[in-house]
Amino acid sequence: MDVILKITGVNKRFGGLQALSDVGITIHRGQIYGLIGPNGAGKTTFFNVITGLYTPDSGTFELDGKPYSPTEVHKVAEAGIARTFQNIRLFPDMTALENVMVGRHVRTKATAIGAVLRTRATRDEEAGIRKRSLELLDYVGITRYANFQARTLAYGDQRRLEIARALATDPKVLALDEPAAGMNATEKVALRELLSNISKDKITILLIEHDVKLVLGLCDRVTVLDYGKMIAEGNPGDVQRNPAVIEAYLGGSHKDVATKELA
Amino acid sequence: MTFLFPRLRNNQKAAWVATFVVAAVLIALPFAVGVMGNAWVRALSFAALYILLALGLNIVVGFAGLLDLGYVAFYAVGAYMYALLASPHLASNFPIIAQTFPNGLHSSVWLAIPLGATVAAFFGVVLGAPVLKLRGDYLAIVTLGFGEIIRIFLNNLNAPLNFTNGPQGITLIDPVKIAGVSFGKTQNIFGLTLPSVYMYYFLFLVLAIVAITVCIRLQDSRLGRAWMAIREDDVAAKAMGINVRNIKLLAFSLGATFGGVAGAMFSAFQGFVSPESFSLMESIIVLAMVVLGGIGHIPGVVLGAILLSVFPEVLRHTVVPVQEQLFGRVLVDAEVLRMLLYGLAMVGIMLYRPKGLWPAPEHGVAPVGKSQGETPKAAIA
Repeated sequence: MDVILKITGVNKRFGGLQALSDVGITIHRGQIYGLIGPNGAGKTTFFNVITGLYTPDSGTFELDGKPYSPTEVHKVAEAGIARTFQNIRLFPDMTALENVMVGRHVRTKATAIGAVLRTRATRDEEAGIRKRSLELLDYVGITRYANFQARTLAYGDQRRLEIARALATDPKVLALDEPAAGMNATEKVALRELLSNISKDKITILLIEHDVKLVLGLCDRVTVLDYGKMIAEGNPGDVQRNPAVIEAYLGGSHKDVATKELA
Repeated sequence: MTFLFPRLRNNQKAAWVATFVVAAVLIALPFAVGVMGNAWVRALSFAALYILLALGLNIVVGFAGLLDLGYVAFYAVGAYMYALLASPHLASNFPIIAQTFPNGLHSSVWLAIPLGATVAAFFGVVLGAPVLKLRGDYLAIVTLGFGEIIRIFLNNLNAPLNFTNGPQGITLIDPVKIAGVSFGKTQNIFGLTLPSVYMYYFLFLVLAIVAITVCIRLQDSRLGRAWMAIREDDVAAKAMGINVRNIKLLAFSLGATFGGVAGAMFSAFQGFVSPESFSLMESIIVLAMVVLGGIGHIPGVVLGAILLSVFPEVLRHTVVPVQEQLFGRVLVDAEVLRMLLYGLAMVGIMLYRPKGLWPAPEHGVAPVGKSQGETPKAAIA
C-alpha cells in the first residue's frame, strides 16, 4: 500500500502552551486511521493544523506524494482533504441537498458570466452537481430529507449530512473530528457501518474519536496523543496494551486494573 | 419563462400566461397612472431604478450576508462617471479635453454605462478588499465610512482641479440616446406620444427585468450557493474548498455594478447630479427596501423597493389635502411624516415580520428525534 498522507515534525505553540510537539503521522491509502487521546491532548489542534485552520510553527505536509502547505483552508480542501467538525457546522438554513451541493463547489467551475448566461456547459455542470449530491445523500441514507433545512434534521442525520458534504468534495482523505460524539449506541453501529463502507470505496479516513471501543474496532492503525506528544503508534491491539497509553487514560496507579479491563 | 414564476414550474403554459399578463400590466401602467399627472410616472420610473439598486445591495447583504451601509457610494460613482462622460463639464474645465472634443464630451450610452458599471465594480473591490475579515457591526461601520468618504470626495473635488464641481454638482448631462432616439424629448413611437418620463420608465423597466433575471440565475448557481454558505458559516465554507476571499469580492463587485448602472441611469434621467443625492440616508433607504421586503428573497426585495419608493409620492399627494380637510391647515410637513412612518414601519416589521414582508418560503421541517439514517447503500460511484 502506498502512502497517501505523510505529516512529520508538526509543532504548534499557543503562547506558553506547547499544544503539539513533533507530531507526525503516515497514512496508507485506504486505511482507517485513528487519532485518540484524552481530553486536551491536542487531537483537534492537530486536525486544524492539517486542514489549514491553524498555521503550524513547523512541519512538513505531503498528500498523495505531493507536498501541500496548509496555509489556506480552501486550498487544503482543493488538494483533497475534506473534514467534518466536532461541533457540527452545517449551513443550517440551507436544505440538506444544498449543503451537499456546496461541497461540489471546489470540483466545479461555472463563472458568474456562465451562470448569468446559463450556457450549456453551466447547465450540464449544474445537473451533474445535483445528481451527484443526490447520490451522496442516498449513500449516507438521508435522501428523504433532501429538501429539509439542515437545522431541522435529527442529530445523527446532521452528522451523516456533514459526511456527505465532505464526500462531495471528492476527497482523497476524509478527516472526521469525533463523528460519534453524542450518538447513542444504535447510531454508533450505523455510523460504523457507514465508515467501513466509505473505506471499502477506497477513501482513506482519518478519525479523531473519544470512543475507544469504536476506534479499536474500526481502525487499521492508531496514534495516541497526550499533552501534545505522540505516546504510541501502531495496531489497535498493540496500542491498547501499551503501558504509556493506559497511564495517559487512567493514571499510573491503575495500571494493573487497566491492563485487565482493556484486555 | 418558468424561472420568473417558480410556483408554476410544472405548468409551462400557465407561466407564459402569467408572464403575458404581468407584461401587459407593466406596459399599460404608466398610461393608467399618467392620467393623474407625469409625477406619478416619474415615481414609477424611480421605483424601477430602486429595484435595480435594491437587487444589487441584496447580492451583498442578502446573499453573501455582508452588511453594507455605504452602498450609495457605488450609485454615486456610476452617476458621476456618466455625468463626466456625457456633459460639457470636463471640456469647460480642462483645456486639453476642450481641444480634443470641441463640443464637449458627449459619450454614447454604450460607453458611459459600461464604464460607469466597471468603475463602480472596481470601487466595490476597493471597498471589499480591506474589509474581508470584518463581520456584522464592524463591517457596517467601515462601509458606512466608505460611503461618506466618497460623498465628501465628490463634494470637495472641485479644487485645485475641478473634477466634480463640488457641491454645485454637474449640470447639462445628456439624456440617454439609443439608436438616435433621445429619451430626453417627447417621442412618437408606433403612433403613441411618449413623453420623456414614459421613455425612461420603459428603459428602467427593461433594466429591472434584466437585473431580476441576473439575480435569479446567480442565486441558483454554484456562486449563489457559495454566497449563502459564507453567510451561514464561513469557516465551514472554507473547509469545503470555497475561496471565501474571492467569492466575497465577487459579491461586492457585482453588487457595485448594479449600483453603478443605476447611478448612470439616475444621472441621465435627472440631467443633474450633486453630492447631496448620495447621502447616508439614501444607503439606509435602499437597505430598508431589502430588509423590509424580505432579505435575500428576490420577489420580496422587489416589493420592498416598489413600496418604499412609491410611498413618499403617495404621501406627498395625500398629506396636505387630508390635513387641510381635517384641520383647515397643514400641521405636519409630508417630509417629516415620511421619516416618522418609515421608522414606525421598520419597528413594526422587526416586531411582527422579522424576515420581511415577503420572505423566502420555509423549506420542509424534518421531525426532530431519533436519527433516521438508513443502512448505507451501494458504493460511491
